Amino acid sequence: MSQDRTTELLGRVRAAAAARMPINIQGSGSKAFLGRDPVGEPFPVGGHSGILNYQPKELVVTARGGTTLEEIEGTLAKEGQMLAFEPPYFGPGATLGGSIACGLSGPARPYAGAARDFVLGMRVLTGKGETLRFGGEVMKNVAGYDVSRLMTGAFGTLGVLLEVSLKVMPVPAVERTLVQERSAAEAIALMNQWAGRPLPATATCHDGDRLYLRLSGAETSVRQAASVIGGETLSNQGDFWRTKLREQGHGFFQGKKPLWRIALPSATPPLDLLGKWLIEWGGAQRWLRTDLEAPAIRRAAETAGGHATLFRGGDRSGQVFHPVSPALLQLHRNLKQAFDPLGLFNPGRIYPEL
Amino acid sequence: MSQLQPHGPGFQDPGLVARRAELVRELRRFLPPDEILEQEEEVRPYECDGLSAYRQLPLLVLLPRTTEEVQRILQLCHERDIPVVARGAGTGLSGGALPLADGVVLSLARFNRTLDIDPVNRTARVQPGVRNLAISEAAAAHGLYYAPDPSSQIACTIGGNVAENSGGVHCLKYGLTVHNVLAVQLLLMNGELVEIGSQALDAPGYDLLALLIGSEGMLGVVVEVTVRLLPVPERAQVVLAAFDDVEKAGAAVGEIIAAGIIPAGLEMMDGPAIRAAEDFVHAGYPTDAAAILLCEVDGTNQEVSEHIARVRDLLIGAGATEVRTAKDQAERLRFWQGRKAAFPAVGRISPDYYCMDGTIPRRYLPEVLRRTADLSREYGLPVANVFHAGDGNLHPLILYDANKPGELERTEELGGKILELCVEVGGTITGEHGVGIEKIRQMCVQFSPAELQQFNLVKQAFDPKGLLNPGKGVPTPRRCSEYRQLPDRGRGTG
Repeated sequence: MSQDRTTELLGRVRAAAAARMPINIQGSGSKAFLGRDPVGEPFPVGGHSGILNYQPKELVVTARGGTTLEEIEGTLAKEGQMLAFEPPYFGPGATLGGSIACGLSGPARPYAGAARDFVLGMRVLTGKGETLRFGGEVMKNVAGYDVSRLMTGAFGTLGVLLEVSLKVMPVPAVERTLVQERSAAEAIALMNQWAGRPLPATATCHDGDRLYLRLSGAETSVRQAASVIGGETLSNQGDFWRTKLREQGHGFFQGKKPLWRIALPSATPPLDLLGKWLIEWGGAQRWLRTDLEAPAIRRAAETAGGHATLFRGGDRSGQVFHPVSPALLQLHRNLKQAFDPLGLFNPGRIYPEL
Repeated sequence: MSQLQPHGPGFQDPGLVARRAELVRELRRFLPPDEILEQEEEVRPYECDGLSAYRQLPLLVLLPRTTEEVQRILQLCHERDIPVVARGAGTGLSGGALPLADGVVLSLARFNRTLDIDPVNRTARVQPGVRNLAISEAAAAHGLYYAPDPSSQIACTIGGNVAENSGGVHCLKYGLTVHNVLAVQLLLMNGELVEIGSQALDAPGYDLLALLIGSEGMLGVVVEVTVRLLPVPERAQVVLAAFDDVEKAGAAVGEIIAAGIIPAGLEMMDGPAIRAAEDFVHAGYPTDAAAILLCEVDGTNQEVSEHIARVRDLLIGAGATEVRTAKDQAERLRFWQGRKAAFPAVGRISPDYYCMDGTIPRRYLPEVLRRTADLSREYGLPVANVFHAGDGNLHPLILYDANKPGELERTEELGGKILELCVEVGGTITGEHGVGIEKIRQMCVQFSPAELQQFNLVKQAFDPKGLLNPGKGVPTPRRCSEYRQLPDRGRGTG
């Protein structure tokens, strides 16, 4: 499906500006559970969709914000390419715009890069009712400030993402997942040892009992690395990394208990916080199911040099994201003012002050 | 060498002399004497950066040693409305560190300590004046390195790399500075210290790190940088392929990438660049070729063997007249030496050369090279092309003689036309050298007035008084409307 709704969206933003009416930008709603409680008039953007340009030989795809990830990844797959940051869908209709606005990345993140690392350019609709283009469709571009990457992970608070250009990568020839029985502390140590060696590692996980390592690349090099590292080969690896982990279908993620995402320097030993843990990203991303209060969790994360996000469940009217320093918050407010002076877009979705 | 004359008042202008004396009095309260350069002969070495066609003596040069000193310098300048131009090694190619007659140059050269190498988390914490290559040297004992490798990596500093979002020949696979920096400590113009990013991934809030990297010293002064380190690949191997036609070489690049191979480096040189480089370093390049490609693959031993075999087949299939795999490490380094020495090599065959830095969607390479050749004939100035083919970053080198009256001006005009051509085919006026002072007019071609206004608002969010590196990077709306009204402007105006 391909539809250019720029004019209509522009008209509606201008009307919202005239009425000083806050709006809640919605793609498919697959990631509505993230961030602080949405407020404002629903502002659907999913209809603005379609792939505009795909150049496999130049590793670039450009699509409108409402294009589904499914359509994009399907198109790339036909040419043996993929989105290397493995964006989580969290729902069948997940859109490109929503995924980039949330800035989430999947299991390959520490090895291949984050969503923002693959963003090359954007066309955005600002709170002043202007459509602006930043970046482009080329790999290297240092003309002007890198506004497209600033928009990535800004949860729509700085603008509506009309078009996004991404770098794409080839699908590796071979993938193989090895499993070893390990404690959390052993797993963290091993993940970091492996990451310091030239191995074709592209994902790691510890689910409480077992350590999983995904190797991707040329056939010979995956085979050689597997023989050095050892462990059982996982038969349904696609299901494990995609459905269980990226899409959080694993039993660990089920139930009502609040889910915290704790980002740490990757080699940090297990934190002494009561709850169930699942470790990803070579130790850099750790999931915690717990009823502990936010301050205790945040203190522990901060002491270890990291930060903690209330990812799912819990009180979504308080501080969901790790608070930033007053000086940094002031910069955030200044930037919000620069792009959305009337405070129309997704107010309070990241921090109450934005 | 002749040069573009500064428009500002001279160093001995009475107003500036008085201002300098007053500022020095204030600075001496907290800076030791050896951190203040105020004599004309002392500040002369700072009059330009790597773009030596532009020169300007600054009001003063300051060489602080500590973050607190930088903080106090900024506070004082903020209070007194004195512009500040931060400077690393001065290797930049777009005049980003060009001084202002009424501003201070803040050199970070003495911030040259590596603070911490963390081999387990694979990060390095360094001061901004540490040289790019020194990071890899310090990490080498742990089998790690810092990936971005601009050609100036022996001299350029990590602080300058952050300001320019520097790349290098390996960035198609390993990314630019923005992909390899985890955190910075930044001083705002008012002297406030902020920590942006962290050793943990994906810091909360807006991605200010991405905004800051490549901001050409206009948003803040970086006083500490944390970078990520990667394991040194087990093996790297390079293939050299010769073509009798530039278009075939360009198509071969697409074939390699479409086959699912992301080379660690993929470089192209055209005939004039090949001959200049061969003449200079005797790399063994085929001097009768219209173009050569250097394709390096790295990874595990087996992976490299597998990929090299496929790359060879693809290159032959794409019509290469000759394909050579480096026999050993010595030959590999020789192949690269020719490429890395391409700029100075061109410098040997011409009194002066001017290096451009556009990026284009690669499918337009034949068109851009053809039209560049047309422009080259029109202006009577030879152009040699060096191309980061993997990522579409083109470096046309314009050969000229600055001693011939008006030739530098014509060279700049030709360069501007080439950049506008890059924009017209959907590319950009700068891939890695930055806008600086050099390409400020072409910003008006690439961006609309509303987009430029948005950049100015971003600048104000960090530096409301506009004191950090003013006049660089982003043009004022007035400057653009003047430029747009010039006769004989290329198409593609945004």
